[in-house]
Amino acid sequence: MQCPKCRAPMHTYNRNGVQIEQCSGCRGIFLDYGELESLTRLEAQWSQPAPPPPAAPQAYPAPPAPAWGAPHGGHGHHGHHGHHRSKSFGHMLFSS
Amino acid sequence: MTPAPLLRALAARARAAAHARSSACPCGAATLADRPDGIVVRHADTVAKAHPPDSDPAELAGRLTLATRLPGILLPPLDPTPLALHGRLVTFWPYGAPVDPDDPDAAPWEAAATLLARLHRTPAPRGLPPMRGPAKAARAVARLREAGPHPAAASVLRAWATLPPWARAEAPMPHTSTLCHGDLHLGQLVRRPADGPWLLIDVDDLGTGVPAWDLARPAAWYACGLLPPEEWNRFLAAYREAGGPAVPVEGDPWPALDVTARALTAQTAARAVAKAVAAGRPLDEVEQSVVDACDRMATVPPQLAQEHTK
Repeated sequence: MQCPKCRAPMHTYNRNGVQIEQCSGCRGIFLDYGELESLTRLEAQWSQPAPPPPAAPQAYPAPPAPAWGAPHGGHGHHGHHGHHRSKSFGHMLFSS
Repeated sequence: MTPAPLLRALAARARAAAHARSSACPCGAATLADRPDGIVVRHADTVAKAHPPDSDPAELAGRLTLATRLPGILLPPLDPTPLALHGRLVTFWPYGAPVDPDDPDAAPWEAAATLLARLHRTPAPRGLPPMRGPAKAARAVARLREAGPHPAAASVLRAWATLPPWARAEAPMPHTSTLCHGDLHLGQLVRRPADGPWLLIDVDDLGTGVPAWDLARPAAWYACGLLPPEEWNRFLAAYREAGGPAVPVEGDPWPALDVTARALTAQTAARAVAKAVAAGRPLDEVEQSVVDACDRMATVPPQLAQEHTK
């Protein structure tokens, strides 16, 4: 078939069982009825997270924090702090 | 910047004091700090400190005497009497090994908390002046106002406005019977000898007041998402374990910490914004997180500190 936009020939590709037509000129993609939904469904299955690992046992419950606290601060989101343990963080703990 | 004659005179005095202590001095000299509020010079095992220009001699004398009397909590000076040098009061101290600023994981949270709890439990001598924490926070905010326009300044000032007058140094502190350090951060801990126990240094802000002020920096760092919950827990648990009176023995500590943690967050943000304006640079990620906390603070009224059994 010809590309409805630039009239160049379109080639058929198979992506995870879905036939899609791509234009050899403008690289535009043509989807038949239902193909977008099929791709979306496949994508959702692909990116669905693995079941979460069991929570690491904590020595203490997460300590309370004030209402104005950082959204993740003090709620046991351990990974959140990694990027803050930078040099400037270290030095902030040392200045008055 | 420090006038060169003062720095030179201070270095010479440190050298003389070091040589008076040891006939075999390796003569290693360094300037440890050179800030408007204090210059610290090291010569081998001896440190000389020029106190802030506005230091009151009688108040400093009282603070130095206290450091001499609490050698297990505060590093004692070599001589409790300050020397006048180029219009500044100068004191001499043994050198102590500091916390490594490049290794926050090695921070001695338990030692800091235990020293504070012991300080807070020590009866305050009569005549000791008030702790200077609120005055320093107010000064940081005053400098922010003078620094010139910055988009984050309004957030910091709104957060500051949520505080009660005492926390802004506009009224006396509500409780003035507890001995407080007044300016706790990780640069205020040294070990002497280097493998010995930790001690608190810097008596300039020492005095009587609200002990929660001394817990407020770690509390603020935790609230701003900068200090991981585990480390905050270690600090708080050690303080409680040592019988510190600033927070209830168990349960939510925030009613007791909210005002002071807000004050230190606003102070830290004010300093950061004023520095960024002076340097013509943007806020870094850490500074921005403290300003963001100020933003949120303005929408939440302060928690009322409830009286608790001490």
